[in-house]
Amino acid sequence: MKILVPVKRVIDYNVKIRVAADGSGVETANVKMSMNPFDEIAVEEAVRLREAGVASEVVLVSCGVAGCVDTLRTGMALGADRALHVSSDAELQPLAVARLLKAVVGREQPHLVICGKQAIDDDANQTGQMLAALLGWGQAAFASRVQIGDNRASVTREIDGGLETVSVALPAVITTDLRLNEPRFASLPNIMKAKKKPLDTVTPDELGVDVTPRLKTLKVAEPPKRAAGVKLASVAELVAKLRDEAKVLR
Amino acid sequence: MSILVIAEHDNAGLRPATLNTLTAAAKIGGPVTVLVAGSECAGAAAAAAALPGVARVLSADAPHLAHPTAEDMAAVALIAAAGHSHVLAPSGSFGKNFMPRVAATLDVAQVSDIVEVVSADTFVRPIYAGNALATVQSADAVKVITVRATAFDPVTASGGNAPVEALQAPPPSPLSAFVSQELSTSPRPELGNARVVVTGGRALGSAEAYRSVLEPLADKLGAAMGASRAAVDAGYAPNDFQVGQTGKIVAPDLYVAIGVSGAIQHLAGMKDSKVIVAINKDADAPIFQVADYGLVGDLFELVPQLVEALG
Ligand SMILES: Cc1cc2nc3c(=O)[nH]c(=O)nc-3n(C[C@H](O)[C@H](O)[C@H](O)COP(=O)(O)OP(=O)(O)OC[C@H]3O[C@@H](n4cnc5c(N)ncnc54)[C@H](O)[C@@H]3O)c2cc1C
Ligand SMILES: Cc1cc2nc3c(=O)[nH]c(=O)nc-3n(C[C@H](O)[C@H](O)[C@H](O)COP(=O)(O)OP(=O)(O)OC[C@H]3O[C@@H](n4cnc5c(N)ncnc54)[C@H](O)[C@@H]3O)c2cc1C
Repeated sequence: MKILVPVKRVIDYNVKIRVAADGSGVETANVKMSMNPFDEIAVEEAVRLREAGVASEVVLVSCGVAGCVDTLRTGMALGADRALHVSSDAELQPLAVARLLKAVVGREQPHLVICGKQAIDDDANQTGQMLAALLGWGQAAFASRVQIGDNRASVTREIDGGLETVSVALPAVITTDLRLNEPRFASLPNIMKAKKKPLDTVTPDELGVDVTPRLKTLKVAEPPKRAAGVKLASVAELVAKLRDEAKVLR
Repeated sequence: MSILVIAEHDNAGLRPATLNTLTAAAKIGGPVTVLVAGSECAGAAAAAAALPGVARVLSADAPHLAHPTAEDMAAVALIAAAGHSHVLAPSGSFGKNFMPRVAATLDVAQVSDIVEVVSADTFVRPIYAGNALATVQSADAVKVITVRATAFDPVTASGGNAPVEALQAPPPSPLSAFVSQELSTSPRPELGNARVVVTGGRALGSAEAYRSVLEPLADKLGAAMGASRAAVDAGYAPNDFQVGQTGKIVAPDLYVAIGVSGAIQHLAGMKDSKVIVAINKDADAPIFQVADYGLVGDLFELVPQLVEALG
């Protein structure tokens, strides 16, 4: 079984982002970039399935600017076998990414696609579900446990009220939630090895996909700031404030 | 313009987020149709029909929609969506699961998690864990939108009298099937719409302490209980307690953060709360930057004192 894992390059989750002064977006120059954390979980899950003998090959794909190659190398250092860079300097929105991934699925013919549930930059939480719909495949989103059977996967999903288990026919798209696994760290030898693993490049044109954005970003602004409050000396003072000033006690 | 709102419900009645979504629909303008897809869902359909501003309710009542899969939900939503300019659903795990399938099938973008309606085609949505707000305009013929419930007031639950029409649901998809669920049962209010939330972080140190220290306080305040990711990962609290960028977004009247450092991913889920209280032994913890009232000290001493002081 071949597994395709789409990985996105995003601003590192530890970076405190800054909104650009002209309101066009957020500052990305000289900012640390990393693999989207949910995608690390996806890579880890795929690699574990290969290590367990369930999968035979793990292929990564990342869509976007030249820097995506670093993200792909990181993923190969975590154990993926090879990678594909869909190279584009355009703004790629989820529908465009899903269409690119559909074209890649057409070429690679994987039996399973494991995506992150959301990218921590745009927080759209769409791409995997869109890809499944475009392919006419089943989906299991927000997975916290995955068991692969012969023709189906049993997936436990994190939902608002708790957990839900679904059975989905393969091939399918699974999207990862935080508690699916704890990704390993790449060891130095594996980072070196990853440099020699195969990495191909294609363009959206070569895949025959029009990536024109459908949503226009008119402006990006900072959210209203909360005024800092006060530190109180005692529990009694807190209760008095809550009762008399904030009036939130009943 | 005409709007389809896809109700989140439990068959007997509507989930509160549906009422907030209707307010967003009203801001867009135009007649509103509500789709209630479920099994033996007449109660939810009747509740939808009684909402002000609802012109029509479509009820798709079929056994396989008792626990609808994304595939089946998208299929029935696509039928109901025909002829509408906007399709809205609350952006909980229910809406997030199937709405992107609806959008992709219609070949349109989805606008996720809107917090403001600027006009019928322009919306504000948070990006980067709410550290930036993007105003986006959709050029697509149909706007597929998920709505952040905490950003809109709920409509009142009565006053309307819309007709309920039956909608034939397509047969179940062979692609996926519901197997089982494990729902957290709790006598407490639901986290997503509680008036007060008491949240515990890694500092609680164990599931036992999480409960024995926090429950008495939650009882006193009539609060829902929440948790940081660290507390959930460590097994102190179930997954559906997680508050944050990748968990639940809450905006209660009072949010009490106990032994939570205030990572940006956590703040993303609670910084729109009206009043925030933080209890942390580190005076420099980032949570104090958003807290209206802070207590610096050991939670294992302060929380029992607080319970007692609340009388
Ligand atoms: C204000 C603004 C400015 C932007 N500017 C730019 C820009 O200058 N350049 C630019 O390229 N884009 C830009 N974008 C687009 C943006 O970065 C995303 O690529 C797009 O919105 C996808 O959303 P998402 O990643 O949140 O999707 P989600 O649906 O949250 O992503 C879920 C999963 O899909 C997969 N996935 C998503 N994207 C990719 C990808 N590219 N490659 C491989 N797998 C992927 C991953 O597995 C990921 O975990 C901009 C967006 C906004 C709002
Ligand atoms: C992709 C991604 C998504 C994430 N999503 C979320 C999310 O949705 N929600 C979320 O919460 N996090 C999320 N996180 C994790 C987040 O970055 C933090 O790691 C997490 O919020 C920390 O939890 P905490 O505050 O409980 O623990 P810590 O950061 O360890 O803080 C514990 C705090 O307790 C205090 N303390 C210790 N002992 C005591 C005591 N006896 N009395 C009083 N105070 C004490 C300490 O001073 C400290 O400030 C995410 C991270 C990533 C990478």
